[in-house]
Amino acid sequence: MAKVLMKGNEAIAEAAIRAGCLNYFAYPITPQSEVAEYLVKRLPEEGGVFLQGESEVAVGYMIFGAAGAGERVMTTSSSPGISLMSEAISYIAAAQCPAVFVNIVRGGPGLGGILPSQGDYFQATKGGGHGDYHLLVAPDGVQEAVEMTMQAFTLAEKYRGPVMILGDGLIGQMMEPVEFPDNLKTEPSNKDDWATNGMDTRKSKKRNLVKSLFLDPTELNNNNLALKAKYDQMKREEIQFEAYNTDGDYKVLITSFGTMSRVCRTAIDLLKEEGIEVAMLRPKTVFPFPEQAVFDAATKKSCKSVISIEMNMGQMVEDVERCVKGQRPVEFYGECGGDIPSPEKIIEIIKKMI
Amino acid sequence: MGKAFSKPQALSDTMTHYCPGCTHGIVHRLVAEVIDELGIRGKTVGIAPVGCAVLAYNYFNFDFQEAAHGRAPAMATGIKRVRPDLMVFTYQGDGDLASIGLAEIIHAANRGEKFTTIFINNAIYGMTGGQMAPTTMPGQRASTAPMGRDTDLTGMPIRMANLLSQLVTPSYITRQAVLKPQQVNKTKKAIKKAFEYQVEGKCFSLVEVISTCPTNWGLTPLDSLKWAEETLLPYYELGDYKIPE
Repeated sequence: MAKVLMKGNEAIAEAAIRAGCLNYFAYPITPQSEVAEYLVKRLPEEGGVFLQGESEVAVGYMIFGAAGAGERVMTTSSSPGISLMSEAISYIAAAQCPAVFVNIVRGGPGLGGILPSQGDYFQATKGGGHGDYHLLVAPDGVQEAVEMTMQAFTLAEKYRGPVMILGDGLIGQMMEPVEFPDNLKTEPSNKDDWATNGMDTRKSKKRNLVKSLFLDPTELNNNNLALKAKYDQMKREEIQFEAYNTDGDYKVLITSFGTMSRVCRTAIDLLKEEGIEVAMLRPKTVFPFPEQAVFDAATKKSCKSVISIEMNMGQMVEDVERCVKGQRPVEFYGECGGDIPSPEKIIEIIKKMI
Repeated sequence: MGKAFSKPQALSDTMTHYCPGCTHGIVHRLVAEVIDELGIRGKTVGIAPVGCAVLAYNYFNFDFQEAAHGRAPAMATGIKRVRPDLMVFTYQGDGDLASIGLAEIIHAANRGEKFTTIFINNAIYGMTGGQMAPTTMPGQRASTAPMGRDTDLTGMPIRMANLLSQLVTPSYITRQAVLKPQQVNKTKKAIKKAFEYQVEGKCFSLVEVISTCPTNWGLTPLDSLKWAEETLLPYYELGDYKIPE
């Protein structure tokens, strides 16, 4: 298929439709409202459902209801809205329903600002709501946002749980040429074993329950063990990362994700011209985290130190430290508020390290 | 002679956890009878609230989802929008619907969502142990209002049927009670009408049911019926508040 020039938010919206998701519920919030404005026009053309809910709290449960009934469904929001939806995400994880959440992250805490940020890393990767659960989370650029959005539905249905696309305000707002791959369409999956899709339509004629309350301690423990088994399977099967310039004898390893990694790549290329070898390990899935890949890249003989560069005050760096296991010093540089660290700034920091 | 009386198919054989004298059992049975009579059990999805009826799915015999506190109307909206052919109802208490879930019920009603809400009003939080609800009467004692509800500090009880009937969007809004056999019969008619509107795809329906909570009121089941009749019904007047055009 030919490439088209699209804004990130609109590309994500179109990707959802191409992946076979025809149900969308959302509440307006900057910087992602273009998703809703795009889908309110496109979904009726496809015979789909569009509804603007009264709050992100309510939208979270519209998603839960639709997912529980076995229909493919998505919402998009930005940081403060995701905080409100976190209640529903916890319930959806517990009740094991597939659903896709897109977080076009803006600055926080509180109202923060409307410019790009990566301040929601902790919230996205460590749960965000109450209880013992994880989201499968994938960060991304516009082309990757398209592909990951399309893959998200397959993953949500494979694991019967919530999947989050962790973008940021830049990815949502910038325009880039994108291609919609034909091979990422999610095939319909059989939901008769668990969904409330109408008892009459199922062969078994047995009723289904979608719930998260387990008053019996053994039952609750068993549900948590079932969830943990899924997270362990994700760790085995779903880790994605990019290793950049890792073939040479690099002295410094950068870890970064999403928009920030694009700037780091530029800095690495410029340093290479000066004869300074620096590599980057970029998690594409931030949960499950590429633990072994980070350890291996950090402990390469030539590598003396590691730095995590993020658009926040130091979040993913905690996972990096955990994976490096004290074998190398791990430093951090971050900016938030909406300004993105420049390649020059990164070059300056790296030069100080070596 | 055929069987004159039997358990509705839409009810399971499970013994309920409800206290002696609680009227949830009556309303469960009425809902089940209506679902049987309309022949919709195989395409019905109930939404359980948080509160005493959180385990309602143990007593009904068809698909069920369980909501978070107050969010049942949003879940029902999600289901009904993506599967308009399913028959969806929420079963909510007064803490769930009139306090934490006020926004969800008002907006669902205002959008004219084509599902049915059964609203149990017993003027108290039951499951958590008798705390004050938005529907608690002035002077009525609750564990968080030990001297009785002080309306200077907490306002007057919310009359949900009255409030929802003010919305311009067409809907069926009625308040019934299950304190006497005649009232039980009327409540069943109202529930049936509400489900019939949904079968026709006509409008949102809410049936408020004045109920009892002997345990948390600190009264015997019989005294509870008397107290509800004398204290609740003059304030929560029974009848249809809104009928779709």
